[in-house]
Amino acid sequence: MRINLASVFVDDQVKALAFYTEVLGFEKKTDLPAGEARWLTVVSPEDPDGVELVLEPDGHPAVGPFKRALVADGIPYTSFAVSDVAAEHARLAAAGVAFTQPPTAMGPVTTAVFDDTCGNLIQIASLPTD
Amino acid sequence: MFKAISDPTRRVLVEELAERDGQTLFELCVRLISRHGLDVSRQAVAKHLDVLEAAGLVHVRREGRYRLHTLDRAPLRAAWDEWFRPLVQPDDPIKE
Repeated sequence: MRINLASVFVDDQVKALAFYTEVLGFEKKTDLPAGEARWLTVVSPEDPDGVELVLEPDGHPAVGPFKRALVADGIPYTSFAVSDVAAEHARLAAAGVAFTQPPTAMGPVTTAVFDDTCGNLIQIASLPTD
Repeated sequence: MFKAISDPTRRVLVEELAERDGQTLFELCVRLISRHGLDVSRQAVAKHLDVLEAAGLVHVRREGRYRLHTLDRAPLRAAWDEWFRPLVQPDDPIKE
């Protein structure tokens, strides 16, 4: 058994695909019709055969209150690894991405938290290189 | 105010907010755990923040969809002016 998928609940799959590919830089992997929605996944170009991120519709009535409560307390839904948090922060901020937490050293890890415009906060984290 | 800062975890919260205003509950929790090795739950941190807010040391504001915490230094300044400074510098006239 292995983990091959992770998912984020998004309020709009079209908007989400644009943000996760054009802004964050992921690539579309799978796009299949699935009823009213799509089975839509993206992967990192650094690991195209790696874990796929499912951009999952958040239409279930329980999801909205759940997402809003997490966002209100600043809790990221998931976390992505980057080699340089400060550089990613600069790149994304220049692209208009809003951060709730700028790059901050948290013990051995540096993290930052941004708004994915689809109703989630996402953390980026880098481990020390040495 | 003195009761609010009598607790070591709350003093750390004040120090971390002094470093950066406008932090979410999540950021404060991560700072406490990763920088200070404190074994605290989110619920415990939220309760500590409630005590600091009741003492006027922390203000919570809604910005868009986020709840952000900000340090208010006025109670600290008042404590300095009214209690610490007259003790530390007894020859200085009390500021009115």
